[in-house]
Amino acid sequence: MRLPDLLAFAGRSLSGTRTRTVMMLLAMSIGVASVVVLTALGEGARRYVVGEFASLGTHLLIMLPGRTETTGGAPPLFGETPRDLTLDDALALLRERSIRRIAPLTVGNAPVSFGSREREVTVIGATHDFFPIRHLTIGSGQALPAIDPQRGATVAVIGSGLRRELFGSQQVLGQWVRINDRRFRVIGVIGEGGESLGQNLDDMIVIPVASAQSLFDSPSLFRILIEARSKDDIARAKQAAREIIRQRHDGEDDVTIITQDALLSTFDKILRALTYTVGGIAAISLAVAGILIMNVMLVAVSQRVAEIGLMKALGASRGQVLRIFLVEAVMLAASGALTGLLIAAAGIGVLRHLFPAFPLSAPLWAPLAAVAVAVGAGLLFGVLPARRAARLDPVQALTGR
Amino acid sequence: MIVLDRIERDFTVGDETVHALDQVSLEFSVGDYVSVMGPSGSGKSTLLNVLGLLDRPSGGSYRLQGTETTTLSEEGRAALRRAHIGFVFQAFHLIPRLTAADNIALPMVLAGVAPKERTQRVAEVLASLDLADRAHHRPDQLSGGQRQRVAIARAVVMRPTLLLADEPTGNLDQHAGSEVIALIEQLNAGGITLIVVTHDQAIGRRARRRIRMVDGRIDSDDTDEAA
Repeated sequence: MRLPDLLAFAGRSLSGTRTRTVMMLLAMSIGVASVVVLTALGEGARRYVVGEFASLGTHLLIMLPGRTETTGGAPPLFGETPRDLTLDDALALLRERSIRRIAPLTVGNAPVSFGSREREVTVIGATHDFFPIRHLTIGSGQALPAIDPQRGATVAVIGSGLRRELFGSQQVLGQWVRINDRRFRVIGVIGEGGESLGQNLDDMIVIPVASAQSLFDSPSLFRILIEARSKDDIARAKQAAREIIRQRHDGEDDVTIITQDALLSTFDKILRALTYTVGGIAAISLAVAGILIMNVMLVAVSQRVAEIGLMKALGASRGQVLRIFLVEAVMLAASGALTGLLIAAAGIGVLRHLFPAFPLSAPLWAPLAAVAVAVGAGLLFGVLPARRAARLDPVQALTGR
Repeated sequence: MIVLDRIERDFTVGDETVHALDQVSLEFSVGDYVSVMGPSGSGKSTLLNVLGLLDRPSGGSYRLQGTETTTLSEEGRAALRRAHIGFVFQAFHLIPRLTAADNIALPMVLAGVAPKERTQRVAEVLASLDLADRAHHRPDQLSGGQRQRVAIARAVVMRPTLLLADEPTGNLDQHAGSEVIALIEQLNAGGITLIVVTHDQAIGRRARRRIRMVDGRIDSDDTDEAA
């Protein structure tokens, strides 16, 4: 039997029992669609979280003064240590090749005023590189200038929330604001949504790190953001940074370095496992659909006993009868799977429309695996009915005995 | 062409063994026209099934065109059946979802004949059986006589050497029945070996060779000298 004839014959017998075929397609397509949509949701959640982390910066190391001990207690985020991190420490890190750029930070609270309005806000002392490292966008104006970090400058970049509160609808670029008793000229506004993991940058003001140090009269840094050259360089950068600081601090290993990628990859793993789990649960419905296929095919065989006898009388071999019924089962499964993919695509489209911010998309393996499992189930569960058909005795089949 | 030598076929019914065929020895030549008659349960249908390689004898030897068939595998017998034997059944056994033309083409589809050749041969057979205008009708749109003619067309489309008919007129009225008999006799005149199993004395008498079976044995075997 030629393959096109085999397919045409199977297709014709499926379309002959329309209701049964449509029901079967429905069962299979729901199974496939749920696998694809659920894995798309899981994958979307993973991408969303990873995206949130990535907006903090990529290949990022965060160096804090003080050493976390395993004896417990709160992490020394604001810890006082005998030896501070200084701007010189930060600049020394740039000697290491695996470190691409750094951003030394000082943080403090101070009143910021313009005209008669005054707000108590967080003042961040940073450098030009702070903006690219934290993936901050500039809404208008410019970022801090790329000047020598040791030198101060009376310029500031403000968050959009602060801009609204201090300036209202007035022109802001080029205006002078007062922080404590010093005057700074506003040269830029941070873009909207400058938020990463709860730290809202809308209500902050960023000034050059040296100016902040003199403003707060403290030479110590709050932390140093370190960006490694690549993912592979992170471990090297971490070790090298620790070594550089240790040498500068008289052999004392008194800094804590957090790698964001370690955190990120943990989340990534957890959410990936979640996606697989959800997909696997949905795949159970495919197995159920496979059993339905077996049922449908068993009914088909018993309804078509005379036809099978006839085909044998016409010279069909056992193998041919087996193939005919297997092809029918697989065709049923495959068309159900394809219908399921269409349903899934439509469903994902609708969800995307409803939740545009959520990065919803099925990973490539999901539809492939769903279709493979569906067709595999059709084949597996089609074997029993097909064998039963192939084994029918033609004499009994023809006489209906 | 066909040599049956002490063929036996036993069935077990409950704890009894029934000898449906008991030491049957027969020979047929190419172009023979044979009727097999006898009461119900005499073994005539079993004989036909054995001749058609649908049933396997329990003992004895059956040679078809020089091939010993009793030792063949299922696949081997299927191939032989496909090449040499055409069946006509009492119940027609047309596939209801296929048109007349597709039913006729079915043996060629199973044999893997190219579509172009199939169309041509179906057209030829339809024309010779006067069914050309029924080609695209489904079985339920045909009369009984037309259905049996489609079934005969399907039986001969592979150009078999042996045509086996089991009560071919059993489901037909007088008129349609005689048309069908005329048709298969015409095919026999064209050289095909024809074996008809029937209850109908009138039809049985038409054959040149008449075999009567009782209890699985050949009761009588008459051949017209005129033939």
